[in-house]
Amino acid sequence: MREKILSYIEHNSRIDLEDLAMMLGTEQAMIVNELEAMENEHIICGYPTLINWDKASVEKVSALIEVRVTPQRGMGFDKVAERIYNYPEVNAVYLISGSYDFMVSIEGHTLREVADFVSAKLSPLDSVLSTQTNFVLKKYKDHGIIMAEKHVDEREKVSL
Amino acid sequence: MRNPLNKTITEIKPSGIRKFFDIVAEMPEAISLGVGEPDFDTPWKVRDEAIYSLERGRTFYTSNSGLKELRIEISEFLKRHYDLDYDPLTEMLMTVGGSEGIDVALRAMLDPGDEVLIPQPSYVSYEPCTILAGGVPVAINLKEENEFRLKPEELEAAITDKTKILIMPFPNNPTGAVMEKADLEPIVELVKKYDLFVLTDEIYGELTYTGSGHVSIASFPGMKERTIYINGFSKSHAMTGWRLGYVCAPQVIIQQMTKIHQFAIMCAPTTSQYAAVTAIRDCDEDVANMREEYNDRRRYLLNRFKKMNVKCFEPYGAFYIFPSIAEFGMSSEEFCTRLLKEKEVAVVPGTAFGDSGEGNVRISYAYSLENLKKAMDRIEEFINELRG
Ligand SMILES: Cc1ncc(COP(=O)(O)O)c(C=O)c1O
Repeated sequence: MREKILSYIEHNSRIDLEDLAMMLGTEQAMIVNELEAMENEHIICGYPTLINWDKASVEKVSALIEVRVTPQRGMGFDKVAERIYNYPEVNAVYLISGSYDFMVSIEGHTLREVADFVSAKLSPLDSVLSTQTNFVLKKYKDHGIIMAEKHVDEREKVSL
Repeated sequence: MRNPLNKTITEIKPSGIRKFFDIVAEMPEAISLGVGEPDFDTPWKVRDEAIYSLERGRTFYTSNSGLKELRIEISEFLKRHYDLDYDPLTEMLMTVGGSEGIDVALRAMLDPGDEVLIPQPSYVSYEPCTILAGGVPVAINLKEENEFRLKPEELEAAITDKTKILIMPFPNNPTGAVMEKADLEPIVELVKKYDLFVLTDEIYGELTYTGSGHVSIASFPGMKERTIYINGFSKSHAMTGWRLGYVCAPQVIIQQMTKIHQFAIMCAPTTSQYAAVTAIRDCDEDVANMREEYNDRRRYLLNRFKKMNVKCFEPYGAFYIFPSIAEFGMSSEEFCTRLLKEKEVAVVPGTAFGDSGEGNVRISYAYSLENLKKAMDRIEEFINELRG
């Protein structure tokens, strides 16, 4: 049941809980309890909204930064990550396998702002060896949703 | 000038609810729960394979029977899913949708005057195809109290010494009814007793929501030699526009069907056949995901009607529910026309699928939850107003 609830709210966190209960053949109270429990267990970490900023005519610049680090004595990757993710500009931090260590996603209002963050905050960190900044030019798909166009139903209105 | 037309075709009446469809066509803003095809897109890997086949220039006819590689994959799929055992080379024909399979099977099997039993409500093509093949359609009116399943008494009462074929339209469009193993057993006995053939339209077989899953009548001992099995990619793999289906039957029947197919059609669409290899081989999980989502929507609609106190049996197949509107004292068509005009919601009158559909309407759940909810809210309003 938890997995079903999660898979629905992952795609639509605003789903009507009574509707969800009817689909899953259960009571709304049960869903409410499960959601609360999963929030407490931090399985559900938040309910953000997916926005196509390009269409909102708000200036936004985002970048994916590859970061190589040396984990320092008494300070594993987790500690280094913490130094990075606490900056509010940082959207996401992943520890990854491959030729560098962290993938850091950041967002700012202008190119300048993002570049400043990298040169003034990220690079100077003791454990950071190198960074490579990749600016995002266009977002096609995010969280499983295609940003480019809204889906239209092209079927005939009625068919037998 | 002479009459340019054939008598048989001119005598076949166009679908009785043409009028209703015409009104729908004039209301582009209406919300529809009226379609008989999936809302899902064809899985991308299938579309990708089609593109790839075009890039490689695979744009020629295939053999009349269809791509061998595809028939082999289908044969394994049928074994894996329904415990059916068909030889891909001699007992299978790729067709232009299940539609062509139904038509060609009837044409290959019927002599003038042969009777074809058609349980109704059911899909609209069995009756005209029977007539065009020179046969005589005989309706068996299924009953709501039996959840629109075919009962052995009903079958036996309809059999005459002219009866040649029984059509088995399950999982059913429009009712959503299924025939489980225990329902099929006595039917199988009668089919053998009266030496009938069965044309089983299992195009919705993958969309079955019983715990035990779909059971094919062809899998019963002694039935393979009496069964013409119709299936296709339209519903299970969300591939209606690709026009691809298949028929499995005893070799003697397939041979004659292939003759008709060869002269009338040549071969099923080549691009679709290449894409279908991927569909049948690699898409079990995609199909399972669609089935699960349909099932959630099915429960949603059933629960909505339950809350509204509208009588509706639980259907376990396809993507339709078939609630009763008998309490409102109107015909199905009148109900649907008023619902459309007053609330701008399009659903299909049960009578579009045979006289025994009177008193019910077909509601399709091949729609997003958002769409279902909006439409159901309006239907609820409409019903509350009718009840006063
Ligand atoms: C019960 C049934 N059989 C057959 C068909 C024909 O499907 P296709 O020719 O697309 O395979 C349909 C389509 O609606 C159907 O509902």
